[in-house]
Amino acid sequence: MIENRPWLTFASHATLLTGIALVALPVWMALVASTHPASAFGAGHIPLWFGDAGAETWGTVLFEKAGNGVDTPVWFMMLNSLIMALGITFGKIAISLLSAYAIVFFRFPFRNLCFWIIFMTLMLPVEVRIVPTYEVVANLDLLNSYTGLTLPLIASATATFLFRQCFLSIPGELVEAARMDGAGPWRFFFDILLPLSRTNIAALFVILFIYGWNQYLWPLLITTDDAYYTLVMSIKRMLSVTDGDIAWNQIMATTLLAMLPPVAVVIGMQKLFVKGLVDSEK
Amino acid sequence: MTVTFPQKGLPWLLLLPQLLVTAIFFLWPAEQALEQAFYQEDAFGLSREFIGLENFAALFTDPLYYQSMLTTLVFSFSVAIVGMSLALLLAVMADRVIRGKLAYQTLLIWPYAVAPALAGVLWWILFDPSMGPIALWLKSAGVDWNHYLNGNQAMILVVIASTWKQISYNFLFFLAGLQAVPRSLIEAAAIDGASPFKRFWTIVFPLLSPTTFFLLVVNLVYAFFETFGVIDATTKGGPGQSTTTLVYKVFNDGFVGLDLGGSAAQSVVLMAIVGLMTVIQFRFIERKVQYS
Amino acid sequence: MHNLKLASVVVGLSIASSGFAATEIEWWHAMGGANGEKVNEIAKAFNDSQDAYEVKPVYKGNYTETMTSAIAAFRAKQQPAIVQVFEVGTASMMAAKGAIYPVYKLMKDSGQAFDESAYLSAVTGYYSNSDGQMLSMPFNSSTPVLYYNKDLFKKAGISQAPKTWQDVESVSNKLLASGVSCGFTTAWQSWIQLENLSARHNVPFASLENGFGGLKTELKFNGPLQVAHVQKMGEWQKNGIFSYSGRTNDGAAKFYSQECAMFTESSAGYAGIKRNAKFDFGVAELPYWEGKVKQPSNTIIGGASLWVLQGHSKEEYKGVASFLSYLSKASVQADWHQFSGYLPITKAAYDLTKEQGFYKANPGTETGVIQMTTGTPTANTKGLRLGNFVQIRGVIDEALESVWSGDVDAQTALNTAVERGNAQLRKFEKAND
Repeated sequence: MIENRPWLTFASHATLLTGIALVALPVWMALVASTHPASAFGAGHIPLWFGDAGAETWGTVLFEKAGNGVDTPVWFMMLNSLIMALGITFGKIAISLLSAYAIVFFRFPFRNLCFWIIFMTLMLPVEVRIVPTYEVVANLDLLNSYTGLTLPLIASATATFLFRQCFLSIPGELVEAARMDGAGPWRFFFDILLPLSRTNIAALFVILFIYGWNQYLWPLLITTDDAYYTLVMSIKRMLSVTDGDIAWNQIMATTLLAMLPPVAVVIGMQKLFVKGLVDSEK
Repeated sequence: MTVTFPQKGLPWLLLLPQLLVTAIFFLWPAEQALEQAFYQEDAFGLSREFIGLENFAALFTDPLYYQSMLTTLVFSFSVAIVGMSLALLLAVMADRVIRGKLAYQTLLIWPYAVAPALAGVLWWILFDPSMGPIALWLKSAGVDWNHYLNGNQAMILVVIASTWKQISYNFLFFLAGLQAVPRSLIEAAAIDGASPFKRFWTIVFPLLSPTTFFLLVVNLVYAFFETFGVIDATTKGGPGQSTTTLVYKVFNDGFVGLDLGGSAAQSVVLMAIVGLMTVIQFRFIERKVQYS
Repeated sequence: MHNLKLASVVVGLSIASSGFAATEIEWWHAMGGANGEKVNEIAKAFNDSQDAYEVKPVYKGNYTETMTSAIAAFRAKQQPAIVQVFEVGTASMMAAKGAIYPVYKLMKDSGQAFDESAYLSAVTGYYSNSDGQMLSMPFNSSTPVLYYNKDLFKKAGISQAPKTWQDVESVSNKLLASGVSCGFTTAWQSWIQLENLSARHNVPFASLENGFGGLKTELKFNGPLQVAHVQKMGEWQKNGIFSYSGRTNDGAAKFYSQECAMFTESSAGYAGIKRNAKFDFGVAELPYWEGKVKQPSNTIIGGASLWVLQGHSKEEYKGVASFLSYLSKASVQADWHQFSGYLPITKAAYDLTKEQGFYKANPGTETGVIQMTTGTPTANTKGLRLGNFVQIRGVIDEALESVWSGDVDAQTALNTAVERGNAQLRKFEKAND
């Protein structure tokens, strides 16, 4: 530090702590609400301190069923969410690595066209084209399947674009050297490119895992079999109760549980994540 | 970057999976949406009539569509500016402190992982006019909070709920940007007697401008396309249409209202906007890469 | 021991899947929460009662999610046999002639005994064609009533529930004077404060018998009665008599917390209110304007009905028919009615519920039934059959919100809503003629 100004340091800590408190407010409320009976919410005022119904709510949600209308326990839906999120993550990383590799390190006819076709998918979210996408998936007989849950969401170019940026920054001499050593394209890919993109892959892993985990409209539309229900989707279902009480306590507990895995991924991988993100931007 | 491998068939093989997935799950449905925009069709797809540009004409003569464009702009820039300012403030503070930097970072980045739909629900409850703690607190402070009725308050609510998640992301980038600022520059300024505030505005902030610009683009794109879950969970576009963004409108007209032709026409317009934005962004990034 | 148990489960499963292959019938519904559990219970009871068919209920989210899912599924030829569609989707379903299998026809084709006169006409009228034939099977119907907080009423020295909107105003003033912060709030504003307001006063909501007469219908809800009512509510919003609480039924929180002393909401909200209200409450009929009508007409229903979709085998349809008959049985209906608060759909179920003493034990639960079944439904009170009704409701919500917020006067707002709504109707007409 350049100079020591105690009041400034104090202000810094104070600002940060305020920021953290504000950011954590919704989660605090959810946590508190999950320890009260559902009626505490309906009765008008949301309690700000813990109640005594927590154990029961959490027990039910985790091991029996997540809530009214959703008959599977949270751990089971977590498994589905995990399969979906990991399927999307690995699928996207794999196909994007390959295609970015092809676009950057090879010259072939229609190379630019291919790139643009892939690129077009970048910013049209699935919500906007959901009905025709549903028809396609149904025609391919992929409703109620993990393939149907994951494949359509893999069709996006974010990862391809990031890898392309990363590959473009690799010095040409490295490729030259590799070729002089007699390394073929595959060896180059596995021995040089993959290790070099490690942080990018890590950053993308985090981004895509979160993206996949947080999907709800797509699974809501294409699943009718509770063997494939995912967690976030089920929370949305528990929320849209027609003519009845919303089980707020269970929803809050389930919501917190639904946050855990992606938050764990972000925090657990934060070093690599930050490095990968910041590097790729440069 | 000119060194390449000579193979001609291999690149196609490498591209195949992505091209296949793109063709089947993006181009095919996108083409259907495009086609749909020129037809009038009942929801079940039982009868279909070509109507040319009528869907587009209806769109562009609808004052509410322009209003929705304006809403989208106001919303997107609010999300970007609020989110970036707060994140910058926190990042500057985190950069200053010596102890607990990692702890602060950890405690600030997790909202990034929370599903927009869930974030929306949580904020919606906090601000619920009759039971939300924040709304009640505001009421006791003399603010008559009712986002069901007051369009501006509804906008504030969706901006807060959307920004929350994005602060983490912005914070990370700003912090990294700050840590890359050469200490020698700041020390030199400090020796010249510049106050910490002056140093920030004259030296640090200008050095952050590439990061700031990058984040602006990222935040705008986020606010444009990824906040539909938040809006759906908080205001559903109301009151009136005061929080109906373009993407939410496509969803609402198509998925809820089953007006397939009209919402397809909106998708086409969106695609055009996206295309334009992409070209601009692409040019910018390309140039940046070449120069660096 | 554990392994043995597991083995028996596996064996059991394989028998179940190979031995008796009951014809499976998918039923997509929008009943979450406790009602969803009840739906599963009903399906299970039916499945246990015979072994030729197995009804599989699938909860598909809220009403719009369920309907859109079913339509998307139909387009992809993956539709369920039965889908629950909310009342505003009725015209869209009816117009899709190639997609639906009218219930009266299904019953005839599969040889099920089916007596349409056994049903309450105020309920089935909404879902029947011009010849009085039922196109869909009403499942959960409700009608708006007024809930009021007896404790707060007592405190303010009010002894009687308001009957007219004039009463609502005077009662509210007393309540406000006694320290209550709001007189009343409403759920589902378009349904209660415009659609049912019109029906209650026997005034058309749309031309051509509220749309029953054909696709050329035009909206009429900018008439003097509706304008006066909306204008008045706008004033009430300002002086605290009314407090707007959103487009759905989120206003319940205001009623539970005793912020508002009255709440106009669906009769199906009874169970929730009973569970959550920590005070004594009463149920009254939906108010009407004294002087605007001599004898208020019946209110119209909301809720949803079950539609049968085309594209399944004869065998499946036989199962559907027998399931629908099962659903209409007095015992099943009475049970559903008493559990959920939805209206009974047959006279027999109504009588059975009376016999069982349910209305006596749960005062207020009969109010909706009585209010809906008074008199013979007229062209203005049979129901509404409007295409693109989901969007029209959206348009109305926006218009009403602009009045509540004081931005626009009632006449202008409703004129705009009629104009925008008519554009939706013409669009629907064009797509479906």
